[in-house]
Amino acid sequence: MSTGINWAKYSSPQALYPLAGRLIPWFACVAVALMGVGLYMGFFVAPTDFQQGEAYRIIFVHVPAAWMSMFLYVVMAVWAGIGLGLNARPSFMMAQAIAPTGAMFTFLALLTGAMWGKPTWGAWWVWDARLTSELILLFQYAGVMLLRTSIDDVRRADRSSAVFALVGVVNVPIIYFSVQWWNTLHQGASVSMSTGSKMAATMLAAMLLMTLAFWMYSIAVILSRVRCIMVERESLPVWEEKPAAIQKIAEAR
Amino acid sequence: MQWDSASEFFAMGGYGVYVWTSYVVTALCMVWEVMALWRRRAAARAEHRAMLIGDTDETAA
Repeated sequence: MSTGINWAKYSSPQALYPLAGRLIPWFACVAVALMGVGLYMGFFVAPTDFQQGEAYRIIFVHVPAAWMSMFLYVVMAVWAGIGLGLNARPSFMMAQAIAPTGAMFTFLALLTGAMWGKPTWGAWWVWDARLTSELILLFQYAGVMLLRTSIDDVRRADRSSAVFALVGVVNVPIIYFSVQWWNTLHQGASVSMSTGSKMAATMLAAMLLMTLAFWMYSIAVILSRVRCIMVERESLPVWEEKPAAIQKIAEAR
Repeated sequence: MQWDSASEFFAMGGYGVYVWTSYVVTALCMVWEVMALWRRRAAARAEHRAMLIGDTDETAA
């Protein structure tokens, strides 16, 4: 590499495993702290919405979950793409580690959306473009995970689920722009890169804090899962064991 | 602060069921995910340690 940084050194499971282990507690602590502040802002500082009353407070969990569901899918597809391009096992492992958390946030986005839809629209579910494309995203996550478990050969499972994940990435912009492209019951974006925010400053702050909290939570959980995957898939030494512990294990034989 | 009492807070202006269901299910999902990972990690490590210690129980191979 001409950059002078030995990237290969950090891309091996042996290097990633302890690094991830050291980072997890930090991300977890920041996630908990941000969630605490975000919930306080959302429930005690942000004002009542003049149209929707208190029902709008679902936004502080609904929008972050929906954003994470789309964002994690893109990150998963990027790792899948890197894995396919470089034939790199750790990249496939990252993609594998992201899928369950992404699926969970997709489910939560749909569920909290239903909880919001019932009091404001009078229906738990409508087949509008935003809701339908988000439901398809849930099926895509399920597909990526099922494809992996249905193929015994790990390398083939890696490649097949990576191709599936990459093809499905077209749905993400469809979800995002669905409220502009089609006449949906779902409201348009409250926060947009071109027009800024249409919300009260404290509402926006609470929503962004919760989004950041979910982000940190996702990183902690995904790093933790990728460590499990490394131990399960690579029958390599238990990297986190101290030499003394390995000595003890050897003596126990 | 817009709440005069705890009961008013939990009522959420009549939308309590919808608001609290959203938050409780989200919290449960996150707690469940963390606990599932905890168990998965313990299982993976136990299996690994067993593999390091014992050639004795490799009858499965």
